[in-house]
Amino acid sequence: MALPQDSAPKFQEYAHPEMIVSTEWVAQHLDDPGLVVAESDEDVLLYETGHIPGAVKLDWHTELNDPVTRDYVDGAGFARLMSEKGISRDTTLVLYGDRNNWWAAYALWVCSLFGHPDVRLMDGGRAKWIAEGRPLSTDTPKPAPADYPDIARDDARIRAFKDQVLAHLGQPMIDVRSPGEYSGELLHMPDYPQEGALRGGHIPGAKSVPWARAAAEDATFKPRKELEAIYQGEAGLSPDDDVVVYCRIGERSSHTWFVLQHLLGFGQVRNYDGSWTEWGNSVRVPITRGDSP
Amino acid sequence: MTQPPVNSQPASGAVLNPRLQEIADDFRSMPDKDRLQLLLEFSQDLPALPERYAGHRDRMEPVPECQTPLFLAVEVEPDEKVHLYFDAPAEAPTTRGFAAILHAGLDGLDAGEVLATPPEFSSQLGLADLVSPLRLRGMAAMLSRIKRQVRERQASR
Repeated sequence: MALPQDSAPKFQEYAHPEMIVSTEWVAQHLDDPGLVVAESDEDVLLYETGHIPGAVKLDWHTELNDPVTRDYVDGAGFARLMSEKGISRDTTLVLYGDRNNWWAAYALWVCSLFGHPDVRLMDGGRAKWIAEGRPLSTDTPKPAPADYPDIARDDARIRAFKDQVLAHLGQPMIDVRSPGEYSGELLHMPDYPQEGALRGGHIPGAKSVPWARAAAEDATFKPRKELEAIYQGEAGLSPDDDVVVYCRIGERSSHTWFVLQHLLGFGQVRNYDGSWTEWGNSVRVPITRGDSP
Repeated sequence: MTQPPVNSQPASGAVLNPRLQEIADDFRSMPDKDRLQLLLEFSQDLPALPERYAGHRDRMEPVPECQTPLFLAVEVEPDEKVHLYFDAPAEAPTTRGFAAILHAGLDGLDAGEVLATPPEFSSQLGLADLVSPLRLRGMAAMLSRIKRQVRERQASR
């Protein structure tokens, strides 16, 4: 049975308050049956240095991706993974992680491809939990395997592929990378030289809104009004728009996908996970250079 | 996940110094999960900075290829012994772990031995499937910067 929502006033302003909980809520419900808390970090060792007591680790690199094909795990693989973590289909799954919940949002997006009914982000992630002096543990939980059904991954609703993005040209698109990557000055993310592309720039028509603008200094999401000012004001999006978001491999844009779909209530948002590592290496796709869409 | 077979020697034919070889052997003799644990133990054993570097990142060289901020300093003594100093935050255990491996494998060796370290050493720890190639490149970048600094120190004598 799903756990109650977090009734914190900030969350009630969001379009889908059921998708987000506070550190305080997690602390209060940590021992409740039906809850699994999972940490998903950029640094694969961070969980091992200490995590929320009882939380399991969910690794984006080794667990959510297919080890050979550039794709996510399939239904059977996801079922196996969830089962190992003690997560069943009716579990309330709360995700959190480092770097403004960047990777936790990515994990949430992947869980959403399989339609996990109740998956939420812990606002502020690992940094906020630690800043508040809450307990950490290095004990690795050994959950009893849960039953998780083999659910076919649904790539139609929230995932976009290259051909679909080509067909989408001229419609709303958000590039969430850094300004240097957007303009084409950089062929990779600052400090990440290996995930490069042969061509720099952005998909024609895409507006630039770097992903971390949605986060406040304490790694929490900004309040709804501030998010509206960025995405609906500055970027000129409307909740009725059909929006595609992308970055370099689809992880930073998962964060923006979460903001648009769940915090602002946009009806049709798809994450193009091929992103710039696919587009910038593809033959004869259109590219725009410079600061303008 | 099945590990691809790992050759005990680098493709270039260069040989690891005995300390690095022992570290590589330790990593490769373990199952995946224990390799991460060993990397974590390395990260915890990274020596603290001496006073002349603590709080003085301006005296150190940034390594922007790492995913998290890492700074290093290299000293070469008159007898050619190399000393390495690393500054990486506790929130970056993977980066700290790589720095600590290089420290354990190279600190105190002669300049020539440090310079002979094969550039692809980081790919010999059997970590590629566990920590993603881009992080391993960060380690390769640390090594190439260490070698460049050693050559600069030698040249400035």
